[in-house]
Amino acid sequence: MSDDMDPMAEIRASFFIECEELLEALQDGLQTMDDGENDSETINIVFRAVHSIKGGAGAFGLESLVRFAHRYETALDEVRVGRLVADENALKLFFQAADHVADLVRISRDDGEIPDDRSKELLVQFDALIGAEDAEEAEAEEIEFQPMGLALDLGLGGGGMPDLDNLAPSAPAPVLDIDQGSASAEFDYTVIFRPFAELFETGNEPFHLLRGLHELGECKVELIFEDLPKLEDFVPEKPHMHWSIAIKTEADTAEIQSVFEFVEGLCALEVTPYSSGTSEEKKKPTPVVEAPAPSIPDTPPPVLEPATEPMQQPEDLPPQPSEPSVEAKEEKTVDTSQSPPPVKDAKPKASAPKPAAQAAKSVVRVDLDRIERLVNLVGELVINQAMLSQSLEQSGLSSHSDAMNGLEEFQRLTRDIQDSVMMIRAQPVKSLFQRMSRIVREASAAVKKDVRLNAEGENTEVDKTVIERLADPLTHMIRNAVDHGLETTEERVAAGKPKQGMVRLAASHKSGRVVIEVSDDGGGINRAKVLEIAISKGLVPEEANLSDTEIDNLLFLPGFSTAKVVSDLSGRGVGMDVVKTAIQALGGRITITSESGVGTTFSISLPLTLAVLDGMVVQVAGETLVVPLNLVMETLTLSDLYLDEIRPGVKAIRVRGDFVPLFDLGVELGYRAPLDDPSGCVVLLIAQEDGQKSALMIDDIKDQRQVVIKGLDDSFYRAPGIAAATILGDGQIALILDPTDIINQASSVRLVSENTANNGAVA
Amino acid sequence: MTLEILAVDDSRTMRNMIKMVLNTEDFEVHTADDGIHGLEVLDGLAPDAIITDINMPRMDGFGFIDAVRGQDKHRATPILVLTTESSPELKMRARNAGATGWIVKPFDPTKLIKALQMVAG
Repeated sequence: MSDDMDPMAEIRASFFIECEELLEALQDGLQTMDDGENDSETINIVFRAVHSIKGGAGAFGLESLVRFAHRYETALDEVRVGRLVADENALKLFFQAADHVADLVRISRDDGEIPDDRSKELLVQFDALIGAEDAEEAEAEEIEFQPMGLALDLGLGGGGMPDLDNLAPSAPAPVLDIDQGSASAEFDYTVIFRPFAELFETGNEPFHLLRGLHELGECKVELIFEDLPKLEDFVPEKPHMHWSIAIKTEADTAEIQSVFEFVEGLCALEVTPYSSGTSEEKKKPTPVVEAPAPSIPDTPPPVLEPATEPMQQPEDLPPQPSEPSVEAKEEKTVDTSQSPPPVKDAKPKASAPKPAAQAAKSVVRVDLDRIERLVNLVGELVINQAMLSQSLEQSGLSSHSDAMNGLEEFQRLTRDIQDSVMMIRAQPVKSLFQRMSRIVREASAAVKKDVRLNAEGENTEVDKTVIERLADPLTHMIRNAVDHGLETTEERVAAGKPKQGMVRLAASHKSGRVVIEVSDDGGGINRAKVLEIAISKGLVPEEANLSDTEIDNLLFLPGFSTAKVVSDLSGRGVGMDVVKTAIQALGGRITITSESGVGTTFSISLPLTLAVLDGMVVQVAGETLVVPLNLVMETLTLSDLYLDEIRPGVKAIRVRGDFVPLFDLGVELGYRAPLDDPSGCVVLLIAQEDGQKSALMIDDIKDQRQVVIKGLDDSFYRAPGIAAATILGDGQIALILDPTDIINQASSVRLVSENTANNGAVA
Repeated sequence: MTLEILAVDDSRTMRNMIKMVLNTEDFEVHTADDGIHGLEVLDGLAPDAIITDINMPRMDGFGFIDAVRGQDKHRATPILVLTTESSPELKMRARNAGATGWIVKPFDPTKLIKALQMVAG
């Protein structure tokens, strides 16, 4: 724990975490409103999110954020009270404002410079929407929202706390001076305080008020009970007494009245200064209309001594252990804000009296490192279990023996534990999708198209690490869809389509993998154009006869761009090839389908987690290795029919008319010398990032299975061609290959050796 | 004398702030996330004062105050409303619901303490 962290910094940090949650709720709510559901609870959620951000921001002196959020909140409030309809225009502004609040929050968090322009731009739009803030209100707000920047000097044992001792004046306080003649000369005001019944109904207590008054200066308090009715007329709920207080203070009337701030309207209050004129007047408090003359000279009225009681208190204070820390106490509260329940669940209205907190979902925050450790341990467990199974099987025990039955149970449990642990790191893709909705807004504004994002399957869960690494490729694909996929508005209208283009982002689970689809309802891939460009760039030979799918896949070639004009958005030299590389690095695959005039769909299929991998266990020169299955397109057994030697030492195989370069994995990894006769060996066709194929020669395929990825320690020098390691069921350690890397290395070596050979010939 | 306080606010930041400000021997602070949770926490407590936010999910501050005042043992418990607005209407509404007083956010720590002492000793 961070005991050494100063509490303010800690709360500040937690404020920013909370902001992220609030921003998510805000996005969600706006989306729901955008979908046409305008129920009051949704608007309330949106309003509250902005409101809470503003509240916290004020406490930390984040002025720009407070100002902007305030204006945003005002507009939302207009919607809430029904004075403003959240139409398309308003929602558009709300979305942009939400994005801007998110920016402001993040800039503030990172202590960055806040650029004013964007705030101004949006504030102007808010003015247009709800009318300019009138000057008076603005001024009032100015005072109200003086962001404070809490510089808390709390010390530890309550240094910043007004000491209870000091509440009572140090002088022998509450004047018992009956001798009005001399004492009253020093009093500055007379306060007549007559509580109404309502004062007590709101939980106020005259005693505290009198004590508050006493803090301003020396008081002489008289209880006036001459209105006390006869017993038979007595109404217990009704106050029958009032107080007259003479006070000696530096404070002015307003300050005295501020003591009674909470009870304004709940009592009759009169504050009359002793005029500094004649001493005659000084002696006599100005008569009060409803209150009869206060003093009864002969029988001194009971005099309240408000300060004596608190004065005794400190001694009674039990020595209490000071609270451990803010955080420790926080544990008591069930944290519902972590993942705000979906809007629909949040319906139970405020009026519902007591349907317990069943809706509240309890959430624990755990350090990612701890989960990491658990994941690793489970990896060990899986390996151990596999080793145990293998040795028990080899021991020749009957499959009905207790040991074998127990083992079966153990296997099942292990699998369950593994699944559950992987679930811990799983997160809904929602946060990712929300970021994409912002990308769509920005991208469509930049190219002046009217685009709507439809997100589906936001609650599909994917490993956190996968989600993080998906953001970049998805951003790029979304931009592409808006920029290239969708036609211009005019073209759409001409084609008889709705003006508004649609980009769909969908996530789902399919046979143990996550499938994410990005599609648009644009014109589809213009294949003639794609082919033309590919030919002009020399990516395919002129006479090539390609199928539709093959043409579509040309988009993944490095350096391919169909945009006629290099636009702001996607024309940054980053092509779909980069997207493909990123997806493959996650163990995923990407495919395209496109229909002319209907649209294009990119489909990404990903493993659920990066901790396990579908691998092909292979054997080369007596070594056991694992090849990631997603890269293996095809396997063949080598025979002379396929084999070609292009140049001495440079082999290739023929696969359906194509020449595919062939590499011997055993040679590349240095396990053996080149074979004289490789026929009978197995060949793996590997999909290369550039869309090309290469062939890797191995001895045998042994198995196909899920393996637990064990990262290689940093102390190993990065070995080319090796991605990681795993432990197989028999306890053997096997390296997991990075085939692409091996092939790239091998190809460049080949080029170099060819060059040197040529140079040698010339010389 | 330690004052037992119940603070009800849906913002974790606000709850933390209140707890930090009142993190002295003079106060013992319980917290709740919203009105309904507040009523649950209140069950079995006899706080010297309650601080509540207005805008909260499930049950807002007005509803909460109303429900608290409806309980005999809390008829006179001081309740302070935390609010970012200080509009007279809002104060009126809070008072009609039975609030004792209010604190305008962002609150000044000494003011919060003072207000608490003002209503609860």
